[in-house]
Amino acid sequence: MTQVASFTIEHTRYLDLRGRPTQPLPAFAENRDVLIALYKAMVLTRTFDAKAVSLQRTGRLGTYASSLGQEAVPVGVAAAMRAEDVFLPSFREQGGQMLRGVRMVEILLYWGGDERGSDFTGPREDFPICVPVGTHAPHAVGVAHAFQLRGEARVAVCVFGDGATSRGDVYEAMNLAGVQRLPVVFVVNNNQWAISVPRARQTAAETLAQKAVAAGIPGIQVDGNDVIAVRQVVGTAIEQARAGEGPTLVEALTYRLSDHTTADDASRYRDDAEVSARWKEEPITRLRQHLSDGGQWTKTDEETLIGDCSAQVEAAASEYLATPPLPTTSMLDHLYATLPAALAEQRAEVEEATEP
Amino acid sequence: MSEITLVEAVRLALARAMEEDETVLLLGEDIGIDGGVFRATDGLIERFGERRVMDTPLSESLFAGLAVGLGAQGFRPVVEYQFMGFIYPAIDQVVNHAGRLRNRTRGRLTCPMVIRAPYGGGIHAPEHHSESMEALFAHIPGIRVVIPSSPAHAYGLLLAAIRDPDPVVFLEPKRIYRAPKEEIADDGVATPLDQCFTVREGRDVTLITWGAMIIETLAAAETLAAEGVEAEVIDVATLKPLDMATILSSVERTGRCAIIHEAPLSGGVGAEIAAGLANRGLVNLLAPVGRVAGYDTVMPLPRLEIYYMPTQERILRTVRRVLAYA
Repeated sequence: MTQVASFTIEHTRYLDLRGRPTQPLPAFAENRDVLIALYKAMVLTRTFDAKAVSLQRTGRLGTYASSLGQEAVPVGVAAAMRAEDVFLPSFREQGGQMLRGVRMVEILLYWGGDERGSDFTGPREDFPICVPVGTHAPHAVGVAHAFQLRGEARVAVCVFGDGATSRGDVYEAMNLAGVQRLPVVFVVNNNQWAISVPRARQTAAETLAQKAVAAGIPGIQVDGNDVIAVRQVVGTAIEQARAGEGPTLVEALTYRLSDHTTADDASRYRDDAEVSARWKEEPITRLRQHLSDGGQWTKTDEETLIGDCSAQVEAAASEYLATPPLPTTSMLDHLYATLPAALAEQRAEVEEATEP
Repeated sequence: MSEITLVEAVRLALARAMEEDETVLLLGEDIGIDGGVFRATDGLIERFGERRVMDTPLSESLFAGLAVGLGAQGFRPVVEYQFMGFIYPAIDQVVNHAGRLRNRTRGRLTCPMVIRAPYGGGIHAPEHHSESMEALFAHIPGIRVVIPSSPAHAYGLLLAAIRDPDPVVFLEPKRIYRAPKEEIADDGVATPLDQCFTVREGRDVTLITWGAMIIETLAAAETLAAEGVEAEVIDVATLKPLDMATILSSVERTGRCAIIHEAPLSGGVGAEIAAGLANRGLVNLLAPVGRVAGYDTVMPLPRLEIYYMPTQERILRTVRRVLAYA
C-alpha cells in the first residue's frame, strides 16, 4: 500500500481569550488606528443587532438574524477586502456589509420587508443577502469568473454558515473554482449551530476547512472570535486569489450566542450552560482587553464609542421608520426590464385595488 | 442561402450573438471540443476559444448559479443542459435567484442569461431524455420560457433571448432538430419574444400548439382542409409571458379551439390557455375547448412512447368533436 495523498489543516489565532498575544501580531495589528477601527465596527454591529431585535420585538421589524458573538467574522472579512472586490454574504454578515458601505437603514428596510433595502447606495456590485442556504456560492464563482475573464485584479468573497457546507452547491462552487483557479475566497462562519442542528450532526468531518481538500483547494481554520486572525488569514487568502493563485476556503470558528433568528427559541434545543460558557470567548471583550492592556483604550474611549454607536443606530432606525411606503405597483415594475404586455392587466389591478 | 436544420439554426444564432457581443459566453457539459451532445456548439470553441466556450464540470446546479454571477457582472451567459431531464437542479437557481435578482435589488443587479435545453419525446431516447416539463418553468415569475418550432424561429428567437436583459429558458424540441430544414438568412434579425405566431390562417377552428407538435398540428390542418375545414394554427413560441391577445383574437373569429401539447395534460400550459379563454373569450366560444396532450403519467420508455405522444389522429379526433359541437 502506498500513501497517495494526505492533508493537514492549520488553525490560526493571535489573541487568547484574555486578549493576550499568543504569537507575534501581523503588521497591520501594530497600527492602533486599524485595531480601533475593527473594534468600533464590531461594537457598532452589536449595537445595531440589539436595536434590530428590539424593533422586531416591538412589531416594527420582521424576522431578524442577529450576529451576536460572531461580529469578528464579517468585520474581519470585510476589513480584508478592497472596495472593488465583491461581497456575497449569507444573512448574518451585516457587520461586514456595513463596513463595505451598505447603510444601516438599508439593512433595516430589507428585514422590515422593503426590497429597496437591497438596492445598496454603497457597494453597487455586492450581492444582497442570500436566504436559501449556500445557494450564493455558485454566484461567487460566477463573479470571480467574470473578473478572470476581464483580467481584473478583483476578488469575490462569499460567506456562508456551517450548515451550508453540507450542501452540494458549496462543493460544486469550490470544485469549479479549483479547476479554473478563480479569484474567490469562501468563508465558513462556523457558529456551531444550523438552527437546532449542532455542528457534530452536520458532518462527520473533523473540520469544515477540510471540505476544501476534495475540491483541490487550500482549506484553513481560524479563530473566528479573534478579529485580528480573521482579518489576517482571510486577507492573505484574498491577496493570493488576487495574485492569480486561486481560491481558498477559510473556516472561522465562532459561536452563535443568539437564537437563530427572532423567530427561533434556542432554549428548545440548546443548554443555557453551553451558551454561558461561550460568552467567555466572544470577540469584542477580547479585543477590548487587548487594547486596554496596551494602554490604547480607556473607559472614556469606551463610553464615547457606545454613545456614538447608539446615536448612529438610533438615527438609522428613525430614518427607517420614517421611510415612505413602497408603491404597491413596484412588485411588478422591477420584475422585468420592461413590463410584458401580459402583465399590464395585473399591474392595473394592483393599482386599482390600492388606490388611496 | 442554404437550407439548414433547427440545431444548425441554434448554432448559427449562437455564433452570430457571440460575434456581435463579446459578453456572450457559452457554458455547459461537453460543449467545447465535443460540440455538445447534439452538436449545437460544434466548431464554436475553435472559433471563439476556451474563454468563451467553457466546458464545465458535471455540476448542473452550479452552472445556473454561475450564470447568475456572470449575469450580475454584465456578461450574457448561455448555459446548455444536455437534456431537460438533467435541468431540475437548476430550478433552485432559477426560482430563487435568476427570476428575482432584478426585482429584489430594484434593478441594481440583473440576470441576462439563457438556459438552453433539448426537450420532448419521439426519438426513442433513454429514460429521463424525453420529458416535456416546460410548465414547471412557465410558473416561475421573472423569467421567459421560449420554444421554437422551426429553424427560422430557433434562429430568431434565440437571438432575441440572448439579447434580452432578463433570464430566458429556451427549450429546443429535439424531435425536429434535424428535420425539416428551412432557408435562413444569417442577418442577425431577432424574432420578437412575448408573442404568438399565426403559422396558418383559417376561419373554422383555432389550433394552438408549440414546439415539435407543430408538425402533427399542421398535418391535421391539411387533412381538415381537404375536408373543407379551414384551421388556424397558432405557434405559442413564448409560453411565459403568454400572449393571450393573439389567441383570443383568433378564437373570436373561429369560435372553436383545440390546444395541443406533448407535456402531461394536468397543470400544463394548455390549462392556462384554456383558463384564459374561459375568462375572457367565453362569449366567443361555440364549443368547449379541446385539449390533446401527453397523459398524466411518467414518460414511457421507447416501446410505449408512440402511444403517449399526441398524433395527428388524436388531434383530428378532438378537433372533429370540437367542430361537431352545436
